[in-house]
This record gives sequence, structure tokens and C-alpha cells, in this order.
Amino acid sequence: MFYREVGEFKTSYPHDSGSFSIRLDKYGYYFILFIAFVAIPLMINDYWASAVLVPFLVWAIASLGLNILTGHCGQISLGTGGFMAVGAYSCYKLMTSFPDLNVIFCIILSGLITAGVGILFGIPSLRIKGFYLAVATLASQFFLVWLFNRFPWFYNYSASGQISTPERSVFGILVTGPNVDPWAQYMICLLFAFGLAWGCRNLTRGSLGRKWMATRDMDIAAEIIGVNLLHAKLSAFAISSFYIGIAGALFFSVYLGAVEATEAFGINQSFLVLFMIIIGGLGSILGSFIGAAFMVLFPVLLKNILVGWWEWDAAIATHLEFISVGILIIVFLIFEPHGLAQLWRLLKQKLRLWPYPH
Amino acid sequence: MKVRKLFISLATILSLAAPPALADLVLPWLSYRTGPYSAGGIPTADGFVDYFTLLNERDGGIGGELVKIIECETGYNTQKGVECYEATKGEGSLVYVPLSTGITYQLIPKVSVDQIPLQTMGYGRTSAKDGSIFEWVFNFPANYWDGASVAIKHVLDENGGDISGKKIALVYHNSAYGKEPIKTLEKLSEKHGYELTLIPVDHPGLEQKSQWLEIRRGQMDYVLMWGWGIMNSVAIQEAANIRFPMENFIGIWWSGSENDVIPAAERAHNYKSLTFHGVGTDFPLYDDLKTYLHDKGIGSGDGTSIGTVLYNTGIYNAAILAGAIRTAQEIHGVSDITPAMMRDGLENLVVTDEIMASWGLPGFAPPFEVSCENHGGDGLAMVKQWDAQAKEWNLITELISSDKEVINPLIMEDSTQYAAENNITPRC
Repeated sequence: MFYREVGEFKTSYPHDSGSFSIRLDKYGYYFILFIAFVAIPLMINDYWASAVLVPFLVWAIASLGLNILTGHCGQISLGTGGFMAVGAYSCYKLMTSFPDLNVIFCIILSGLITAGVGILFGIPSLRIKGFYLAVATLASQFFLVWLFNRFPWFYNYSASGQISTPERSVFGILVTGPNVDPWAQYMICLLFAFGLAWGCRNLTRGSLGRKWMATRDMDIAAEIIGVNLLHAKLSAFAISSFYIGIAGALFFSVYLGAVEATEAFGINQSFLVLFMIIIGGLGSILGSFIGAAFMVLFPVLLKNILVGWWEWDAAIATHLEFISVGILIIVFLIFEPHGLAQLWRLLKQKLRLWPYPH
Repeated sequence: MKVRKLFISLATILSLAAPPALADLVLPWLSYRTGPYSAGGIPTADGFVDYFTLLNERDGGIGGELVKIIECETGYNTQKGVECYEATKGEGSLVYVPLSTGITYQLIPKVSVDQIPLQTMGYGRTSAKDGSIFEWVFNFPANYWDGASVAIKHVLDENGGDISGKKIALVYHNSAYGKEPIKTLEKLSEKHGYELTLIPVDHPGLEQKSQWLEIRRGQMDYVLMWGWGIMNSVAIQEAANIRFPMENFIGIWWSGSENDVIPAAERAHNYKSLTFHGVGTDFPLYDDLKTYLHDKGIGSGDGTSIGTVLYNTGIYNAAILAGAIRTAQEIHGVSDITPAMMRDGLENLVVTDEIMASWGLPGFAPPFEVSCENHGGDGLAMVKQWDAQAKEWNLITELISSDKEVINPLIMEDSTQYAAENNITPRC
């Protein structure tokens, strides 16, 4: 009923192996893009941009990045917060050292710098696996945050140790700083999120992605069939850190405007992104977006219902939020260990057959 | 159909953050009654809310307008602070009181664009004292650089004016808040010749063994502390564990509440802390609070914070904001003021001893005046000491004035830099 696949014939290999091989899926995808690129920018206001959609997109990019490393290549990382800090601080240093450089390039360059740092911290992954690697990346988390606090050069010797973003524009439209229009703030994040998600989809379907997945599923077997583990693991670290660095740069320059390393990029953020990909679905691009939406939007939604509608006490509402997010995480892990993306996959299978399941 | 309805209702819920503004005086209060900083956040919020509830109950509001407080929970987290700001700014909010230096830094550029005043009492960005550049930001009556200087002056007084060669450690919350006094303390160490050691404590500050080991090994003469929340009580207990003499341990005004010293019990005896307002409940205002609120059971919170140091801080903050609202109403001749009028009220605020007495708080805090050049008050503070037997704070000094010779050039330097970065021309 929902999916009418009668008369859909696949006449060529590219058609058969396309990302959206069912016609309705493709239309749905175009529809979502239309909403995201046209409808939302027309209706967006300050609150929606800076409290809901921009954080959602930034976290979605970060979880895309971690999903490459953990979901596709099977290397657990707890250093996401630290890598985001690298992105943010390099973006700040680039923006202040080269005021004429377009902010888009600053953000991309900070992604590249983070990729370099990621490779450096990825080297131990050649020798250690699993929990031991998690602990090694945990060290990078603490080391990087310590580094940005310890050396005042990173924050241009400001008295408070905070970094704050200067005003920058793209094609004459302000995208950072306090005077920015909500739609511009949203658009720049959306463009990055779209481009990176598109890149991620194609990477993971290509030979590199297959190498990652082979490494994830069984590294010895992968090596035997000719996958270069050094290359596969380090490229996963590099590309994942590139994504996370861009997320950090956007987090600092577009979303918050002023951050300090300890609070903004602490260990909590590393866990937050890890929860996002576990709840959303490991190794799934849709899952990265759903996971980010769940972890970012659900608390805001809950708060607006409890405090805004039912006028509960703000403190009780916050405590309830902790409890319910915790319970939901456990419930999801028990009933759908493959994440929300798997839930959608199952639903789609049912919908394709409905109403004649047999 | 059902799905669409669900989506529409979800969208309305999310955007419901801005219901139509009522004709009240709206004051958002970014509180934190949860998390590791709630020990500081709860009493301050209770004091602040209780004072305005008292004005509503006793006087029918300010100038005939009821005051409506919107509490928004931030958990001392800057991201949530931004969300709270965006959610409440459309409701006619007159002034923002973030009670967090991190959130203050976040909001300074935003309030300047949205033209809503920001008042940070004894915290926030110190150079906002220069009102010619920070038009919308007020940080009276004292700031962290004043605090640093007053603490050093107290140490000087105790040592007969000579502290050269003394070892002073600063134990600070490793954040924008804790880093504020460093520059001033460094300048002062050049002037007075003491050795300064910086000892950061990372959020939230539950683990400080290594920091206090460093203090014991370095044989520090004095320890200053810029801590908040759970970090304070942990530090005081650790100081007691290494038998550091408590009379040589001085906290900033945010590191000196009952919650901080009671966990260390007897061992916290003689711990010192700065304050810019009085202590205790011996003020006429407390009679009114009792009659109109606490006897009726309509006070904020569970009532255990009444009369504590931070409750008084909340009361004081509320009282000077109420004073600024009255000033704004007088200047503009209307009772239902706008944020721009509120800014005028804050900038022309004059607090004298008589005015403090009329608020029911005689002698509670020193008089001060705000002007276009000076958004930061006079920077006077006192030292209070904890008496663990009587479980009360006692003021042990008169008002101490900060070292303006050192601080003013630092403020000029920082505010000029901010002005240059943001293309601001001084207003006055």
C-alpha cells in the first residue's frame, strides 16, 4: 500500500545498486532534502536555529565521523571530544591568524588538521584492539583538552582562556558571530552535513568502505584476502577525525561562538557521540542522524513539554529528563541492539509487503 | 493522518517556548538546581525568587507591576544556557542573570545585538566594568580582579605590609571563571614580590588529591581559591587532610557558603572567604520574608537555604535589580518598562545607605553608584571567617578597597582589545 513496487523494473546495474533503489524511497529522500533546504530556511527563527537544528546538524556530523571509525571499521574511540577540540581550536587559530581566509576554508582546513592528529593517535590501533584501544583514545581525549588549557598560544593569551569567534561571512552573508541570521547559521551547517553525509555514503560503498568493513568483521581474514590493515585503519582514523574536526569547528564557530576546552569538549561529549551512534545504529548513515536527533532533540522536547506546557518545576523536569533518557537507552539496547536505524529497516520491510505479508 | 497530526503537535510543542508576553515585568533566571554546582545554585535561586515573591505579595510588585520570574534550568552548562536564553528572550525579558561566567561570555555578544541588559554580580567578564564599551553588560558591585586584590590586601595586612618571598597558591576551577584572577595576581606579585603558584582543578572538582599534595610539598604560605559547587567542599576537606592552617586559606565570595564548610565539620574552623554583602538574618527584611512567605509556605525551595550566605547573595542580587527597575520607572515615567529602559535604570542606579535601609537591608552592603564609564561599582569587599562551633560566618574586617592602580590599567587594556576586535567606539 505504501510501497507500490509493481512495474518497477531494474534494467541496468547502476540502477540496481543505487543508494535508493526503490522509487518511493528516492522521492522520500528528495522530499526531505526539499524540506531541509527550502522549507526550513524560510520558517526558521532564532530559537529553532540555535537550540534545535544547528546542534542537531553539528552532532550529526560528529556521529557520522565516529560511525566511520567505530561502525564501519570497528575501532572503538573515546577521543571524540578531544578531536572536536582540535577542530575548534584550529578553526579559531586559522580565523584569527588569516582574517581574509574564507571561513569555509578555515573549517575544511581545521578538518584536515584534525585528520592529521587523528592519524597520530590512530597509530596504536595497529597493535592494540578493543577495550585497550578505547583506553588509548581516552588518553588522547584528556591529553588534548589538557593541551588546549595548558598553552595560552592556543587561545591567543586571552584572560579567561575562552576562544570566541570573530564575525565572518560567506558571499557577503554573515555566518558566524552574534549578528548572524538564523537561516544562514542553519544553512552552512546543513551544507556541510549534506556534503559529508553524501561523501560518507559513497566512501562506505566503495572499495575503502569494504576494506573497513572487512577489518571490522575479522581483521586476520581481511589481511589474508589482501587488505592492508595499516592503510585501512589509519584511513578510517583520518577520515573519521576529518569529520569530527569539522563538527568541532562548526560547534565552536557557528553554534556556540565562544567555548572553553574543559567544558565544551570534555569526556561527556565523547560519550554523547558514542551513545548517538549506538542508539542510532552502528555502521548506518541514517542511524547517525537519528541518533543525533534522539540525543539532542529529545531532552529539549521533554523540557518544553514538562516546563513549557505542564509548568513543572524546572529542576524536577531536569531530573526526570536524566531518568527517562537513561531508561530509553537501556530499553533500546535491550529491544533493538542494532539501533533505531534497524527499527526503520524492519519497518520498511513490513511496509513493502503490507497489506499482504505472506 | 494521525502521523501528520502528531508531527504538527510535536512542532507546536517545540516552538511553544514563546507564548504571548504578559504585561508583567519578566525576569528570566538561569538557575541550576541540578548537577555538581547545585550546592551553589539552589540557595542563590531561592533567595532571588523569594525576594521578588515578597515584593509581589507585600507591595503588589514594583510600581504596580507584578514581577514574573521564569526559571530555566541550565545545570551550569553553557549549551543549555544558550538554549534558555533563546527560549526566553522573546518573552519581554528585562535583564539576564546567568550566574555563570561561562554562560556570561556566551551571552555578552548576543545581548549586545538583541539589546537586553546582562547583569553579572560578582562574576562574569571583569572588563565589562568599562561601560563605555560594554553598553549592555553590568557587573557591579565587585568583580574577580577586585576580589583577587582584596584577598592580597588582607594577606598584606596580616603580614604588616610585607609579603615578599611568601608562597601563595591559587587553586582554581579550570574554566573561564577560575582563570579570571590570574592576570591580576601575576601583576600584584610583581608589585608585592610574592611567589604565585597556579593549581588548576578540572570540572567538577571531586578529585583534588594531587593538587593538595602539591600544596603540601611546596609548603605554601597562603592558598586562594576560585571554586564553585562541589569543588569547594572537596578542597576544604583536602586542606584539612594535609593540615593546612585554615586561617591562611581564603576563598572568593563563591567559595564561602555553609555548604562548602559544613562537610569538613570542626576541621573547617577559621576558613576565610571574601564577601561583598553582609551575613546572617539580622535584617528587617527577614521579618517580612517570614510573615509574607515562609509562614504561608510559599517560599522557593524546601526552606533549608533561608539565611545562608548564598541565599543572601540571591536576595542582594534581586534587591539591586528591583532598585534598577524602580530607577528605570522613575526615569521614563512608565511602570511597564522595556529592556532598553531597564538598561537606563541599571546605568543610573544609585544605592545609598538610606536606600539599603528602605529595602529592609540596613548596612547589608556598601553604597555604590553606576555610571556610563563605570558599570562595575567600587569593588569593595570584606573578609568573613567560619566559626565551626557556632556554625556561623563572622565578618572580621572592614570594607577593603581593591588596588585600582593595578586593576584599572588591566581593565582598560582588555576592554580596548574587545572594542578593537568588535569595532566598538567608546560611548563616553
